Amino acid sequence: MSPFFIITAVVTLLGAAFAMSLRNLVHCALAMAVAFSGIAALYLQLDAQFVGFAEILVYVGAIAILIVFAILLTRSGEAPEKSVLTSGWMAGIAVSAMVFTMLGWAVLNSSAIPKESPPAPVATVKNIGDALMTKFVLPLEIIGLVLTAAMIGAVIIALKEESKDETTGRKS
Amino acid sequence: MFNQLDQIFVTALHWLVSFVPEAWRPLASSLICIAFILSVFPAVFSVTTIFERKGIGRIQNRYGPNRVGIPFTKIRLAGFGQFIPDGVKMLTKEDIVPRAADKVVHFLAPVVMLIPVLLAYAVLPFGKNMTVTDYDAGLLFFFAVGGAVELSVFMAGWSSRNKYSLLGAMRAIAQMVSYEIPLILSAVTVVMVVGSLNLNDIIAHQNQYTFGIAHWFVFTPWGLVGFILFFIASLAESNRTPFDLPEAESEIIAGYFTEYSGFKFALFFLGEYLGMFAIIGLGITLFLGGWTAPVSFLTWIPSYVWFFTKLMAIVFVFIWIRATLPRLRMDQLMNFAWKFMLPLALINILVAGIWHYMVADWQRWLVCSAIIFGAYVVLGRGLMHSQKLGKRIYRYAE
Amino acid sequence: MTPLQACLLISAFLFAIGFAGAVTRRHAILVLIGIELMLNAANLNLIAFWRFGPHPEALTGFIFVLFSMAMAGAEAAVGLALIIAIYRHKKTSNLDEVKELKG
Repeated sequence: MSPFFIITAVVTLLGAAFAMSLRNLVHCALAMAVAFSGIAALYLQLDAQFVGFAEILVYVGAIAILIVFAILLTRSGEAPEKSVLTSGWMAGIAVSAMVFTMLGWAVLNSSAIPKESPPAPVATVKNIGDALMTKFVLPLEIIGLVLTAAMIGAVIIALKEESKDETTGRKS
Repeated sequence: MFNQLDQIFVTALHWLVSFVPEAWRPLASSLICIAFILSVFPAVFSVTTIFERKGIGRIQNRYGPNRVGIPFTKIRLAGFGQFIPDGVKMLTKEDIVPRAADKVVHFLAPVVMLIPVLLAYAVLPFGKNMTVTDYDAGLLFFFAVGGAVELSVFMAGWSSRNKYSLLGAMRAIAQMVSYEIPLILSAVTVVMVVGSLNLNDIIAHQNQYTFGIAHWFVFTPWGLVGFILFFIASLAESNRTPFDLPEAESEIIAGYFTEYSGFKFALFFLGEYLGMFAIIGLGITLFLGGWTAPVSFLTWIPSYVWFFTKLMAIVFVFIWIRATLPRLRMDQLMNFAWKFMLPLALINILVAGIWHYMVADWQRWLVCSAIIFGAYVVLGRGLMHSQKLGKRIYRYAE
Repeated sequence: MTPLQACLLISAFLFAIGFAGAVTRRHAILVLIGIELMLNAANLNLIAFWRFGPHPEALTGFIFVLFSMAMAGAEAAVGLALIIAIYRHKKTSNLDEVKELKG
């Protein structure tokens, strides 16, 4: 593994660790954005260019901004005074350590993992487009429907309800 | 001979790289390209600030700066050397950080703004064979790094712990996110017709000539509308007038960079103008043919001269618009993006599809222009109707 | 350790961090951040298997990840809208205090 791969992996994991442990929520969101950029760099090293650019566009450019807006709209910008952890946090950490141990053991001792890797695949935009339009056209259309429904649903859920006791209705 | 002049930078790069041993050649080539971008575009930025101040001054019936030559020498430049003392001033001003500010985020915000903007220059073709990295999905890379700028705007606004900065930052992010959609949709029409996300392929499609006139996409109905939509959206993305509510002096002091002074403000200013040049460069590549000449008997002029000429022409139009149009209010801005530009961009995609599949004669011009004109009139009239433009009604707070 | 095993270990670690955060923190938005990290870990896993597994030219893992990203975006939008709606109702975004169905 090249040193660049190791540096990217360390940056990603540090970003994720900070995202889950800092007290100030905005710092958590920014650390999460760093973790996402690290994951995008990992994708670029695995020859998945389109997915790497899409990751930056979707996660850093849209989801991180959404989370930041939600933090500001729920007035969580200041660090809380009380504890930030739930009451059963030790069990949570223990379970997550067990999950990682099991997954790591399975990865390192599995016989299903091939020993030699095939040459780098060519994932040009043309091949992706061909695959999306011939083999995967049904998921593509369904994703369009799902995204439309999610957009309309999110707007309706977050819309302010009209209360009955508003005296002046200002419309501009 | 003209071909050699055209490729002079490419041959210079190969010659410089040949001095380096074989294993270090890709790294040396990248470093020289980075040095090229870092020296040329800040120079274009300095020239643009001069032209902006003098141009806006002339439109407002006054001279702009007209005294500064080159300092410490006797060279008279009638104001064109103004960027030298301006640069020195910004670098030597005191760097004030508010006491309640979040120091790390406050420090990192200008850096996070500048790095994606400089990354975006890596895929723009400045001339023939003059792209720094020729990605297969180059257009996607450009829009991806453009989206990272919004995060830096939020960082700047929030870390200053100033309610006006935060308000300016939220408005700026809302504006940038809203105008990104017509921007990307108008670029999608070009991608549809060309069939590739590679910027050099897009230019190769426009590099053909019939009757001496190039096949630029701006000379087609859908391309003209797409270019106008892209132009307006790029005005909004760079926070230029008429979309500069988030950073206007009379509105919100300076918006999200109120609390920045000295070098950090210079970085923000540089980042904003470099972002403007990058997005204009993309508009030129997509619609105006990139580095190609408009008429076939002018192809002897080198390709990079054409690129920078078109860039400066559109920068001039940006400056002209800044001096002429009034500012839009926040809700007018958002209405314009979501209710006018987005439907028009979607109809433009439809028209581009119709254009691509109809036989190439006068009928497709008629059909496509009719659909676009009809959509424009219907949307415009429909939106003006709901504005209730009439006698002014006064509402008092009671 | 082959590159595939390295990628899988990174993705397992990322998943464990995301899971720990989602289960331990009290604020609703941090739980959402944990969920996004878990989704990203799964995507990394898919891309690693696409790159180092048999038949990468079929692009199956690649397209799976594209759809997974789209779904993650939709789910983040709806989840954040829900958090904003709950905040408006209960004036708190603390998961320990949103315990009752009344109201």
